[in-house]
Amino acid sequence: MRHIISVLLENEAGALSRVAGLFSARGYNIESLIVAPTEDPSLSRMTLVTTGNEEIVEQIKKQLNKLIDVVKLLDLSEGPHIERELMMVKARAMGPGREELKRLADIFRANIIDVTDTSYVIELTGSSRKLDAFLRATPKELLVEVVRSGPSGIARGPKGLGL
Amino acid sequence: MELSGAEIVVQCLKDEGVEYVFGYPGGSVLHIYDALFKQDAVKHILVRHEQGATHAADGYARSTGKPGVVLVTSGPGATNAVTGIATAHMDSIPLVVLTGQVPTPVIGSDAFQEVDTVGITRPCVKHNFLVRDVRKLAETIRKGFFIATTGRPGPVVIDIPKDVTDPNIKIPYTYAETVQMRSYNPTQRGHLGQIKRAVDTLLGAKRPMVYTGGGVILGEASAELTDLVRHLGFPVTNTLMGLGAYPGTDRQFLGMLGMHGTYEANMAMHECDVLLAIGARFDDRVTGKIQHFCPHAKIVHVDVDPSSISKTVHVDIPIVGPVKAVLEDMLRVLKEQGSEPDREALAQWWAEIEGWRAMQCLRYDHSSSKIKPQFAVETLYKVTQGNLYLTSDVGQHQMFAAQFYKFDEPRRWINSGGLGTMGFGLPAAMGVKLAHPEAEVACVSGEASILMCIQELATCRQYNLPLKIVLLNNGYMGMVRQWQEFFYGSRYSHSYVDALPDFVKLAESFGHVGMRVTEPDRLEGAMREAFGMKDRLVFLDVVIDPTENVYPMIAAGKGHHEMHLSPERELA
Repeated sequence: MRHIISVLLENEAGALSRVAGLFSARGYNIESLIVAPTEDPSLSRMTLVTTGNEEIVEQIKKQLNKLIDVVKLLDLSEGPHIERELMMVKARAMGPGREELKRLADIFRANIIDVTDTSYVIELTGSSRKLDAFLRATPKELLVEVVRSGPSGIARGPKGLGL
Repeated sequence: MELSGAEIVVQCLKDEGVEYVFGYPGGSVLHIYDALFKQDAVKHILVRHEQGATHAADGYARSTGKPGVVLVTSGPGATNAVTGIATAHMDSIPLVVLTGQVPTPVIGSDAFQEVDTVGITRPCVKHNFLVRDVRKLAETIRKGFFIATTGRPGPVVIDIPKDVTDPNIKIPYTYAETVQMRSYNPTQRGHLGQIKRAVDTLLGAKRPMVYTGGGVILGEASAELTDLVRHLGFPVTNTLMGLGAYPGTDRQFLGMLGMHGTYEANMAMHECDVLLAIGARFDDRVTGKIQHFCPHAKIVHVDVDPSSISKTVHVDIPIVGPVKAVLEDMLRVLKEQGSEPDREALAQWWAEIEGWRAMQCLRYDHSSSKIKPQFAVETLYKVTQGNLYLTSDVGQHQMFAAQFYKFDEPRRWINSGGLGTMGFGLPAAMGVKLAHPEAEVACVSGEASILMCIQELATCRQYNLPLKIVLLNNGYMGMVRQWQEFFYGSRYSHSYVDALPDFVKLAESFGHVGMRVTEPDRLEGAMREAFGMKDRLVFLDVVIDPTENVYPMIAAGKGHHEMHLSPERELA
């Protein structure tokens, strides 16, 4: 099963490589991993997406918690949560396809953020599945470049993941 | 007090109460070595290779429970230390390893003797630090000792660039009394509800078994374990790392379990209905094939490290907490409840176990004209009467020692269990001897293992460490040869240790006493003579039967009930 795990990390040099190293050393799957500073400059927040059966995911969480730099951890998949990923797609936009692409962007509530005579850059935010759906709907031959941030997430409700 | 970085390093060690630092100097730690020179509270032991420093500190730590401290230079100093760091990591031994690093301005420029020590050691430490600012130095060393020694212990590497120890930059020094870390709070007590559930389960058992590992020794819980096991009247087995946690000569002790464990221990594991696992990690050498592991048992697992629980084997009642506190609580709950285990069922269970014990799985040929390794270890036990710190290297001799030497106390049996590091025994024995100068310390080794850190004989000479080295010399890498005989059609690919030195002359050339024994009836006399030389290191080269194999044996991928007892005694 796919799990999306939020981790509060000490904002120390090397903290990211401890997490990345853990996954490679123990052979855990990692689909995506993103990390950025938080409002507290001493903390970074990492969101990682992994897959595995319940025992493996339980081990992953225990092993992450064991890292000295990990302050707190939350498996967002255990409760209601919101997941968002940012994608930028550079696409060929010429002839009749140009208008078609614009319509498709509108349907997905995407923004066109760069325009040339022959191309668009389309920005799209949403769940990873929505992004996948957009890519499926776009004719392959039009795609020049796809950049995805990897998902980040937050739990629903008033409670926050803090210290 | 204003101190330079180098002085801070030394002062921190004093404030931690460090007696010995095991190290080897080099360019990037010269400031620290200069600060060491100007004091005598912290004694420095100069090893002959950095691997020896880490193993010696490790032996010191295993035999005392105090952290071992290592000081090495950058680059090759650090990389040579890695094997010892990984050895300590696998067995959860508290070490603080201070490594020199090139000055901060040149880090990342491939400077002379630069390696990414933090990167190289990351997978084999509990934690590591790179100290970029002298103002963080004392705090980091304090944290290092705290992390190394608390929770599940382990090695901590502190990488210190040369400019951070600059003798000309002095800053105010304070050493914090306590350490607070928001991201690191080891559990202090087990969950009482879980402990009660565990006690109920234990009391309901008809065929209980207690299986304990190195965690009982690390957690100083031998007395509590012994109390609990005696109170319940249950059988108990120890892992290779756990030997001595429960008295090895006690009737309730079934011997070691696992690949080369006893028949009675492994069969009791296989047939038990409740398994109490304490401070053990269900290592593959212990469990055999996971699918066949304790197929009938409800498993209770006590461990300070949550990630050890249900890692390889599903646990029914997990208890996270320090083993000592949990066992105290268990005993208290048991006594408060006043209930007794099912004595009738236990008597039947013991009758079955005694049947397995009667198989005498460790039996060997006593009539041989060659010295059998089992006989050598038995003779060592007889001569020292169990009053010994025994280190070992890795291989057949390690297994024979674990099977035939009886340890009645914790911290007496010192070996590399998890990583299986050949070369561990001699330097580890140095650390043990320094920690226990009045005690007898011996290293049982093989002719292949001993050569991996033989240079430490010079350290033993320099510091007058009168160890006794019992070399079980069969001219082979015995365990490799055994596997090649069993599983590779006796094709002894590169397991013959050709061109061995004359170990007697070798010992003598280092200023020690060398002796050789080849006949069984001369062995005891030779050992008595060796142990009689109280102030000399004696290297006893015991020429043993080269064809002897370690039995019993569970082949890799087999279950506890599928043991081989000996070539003559195959079990169904």
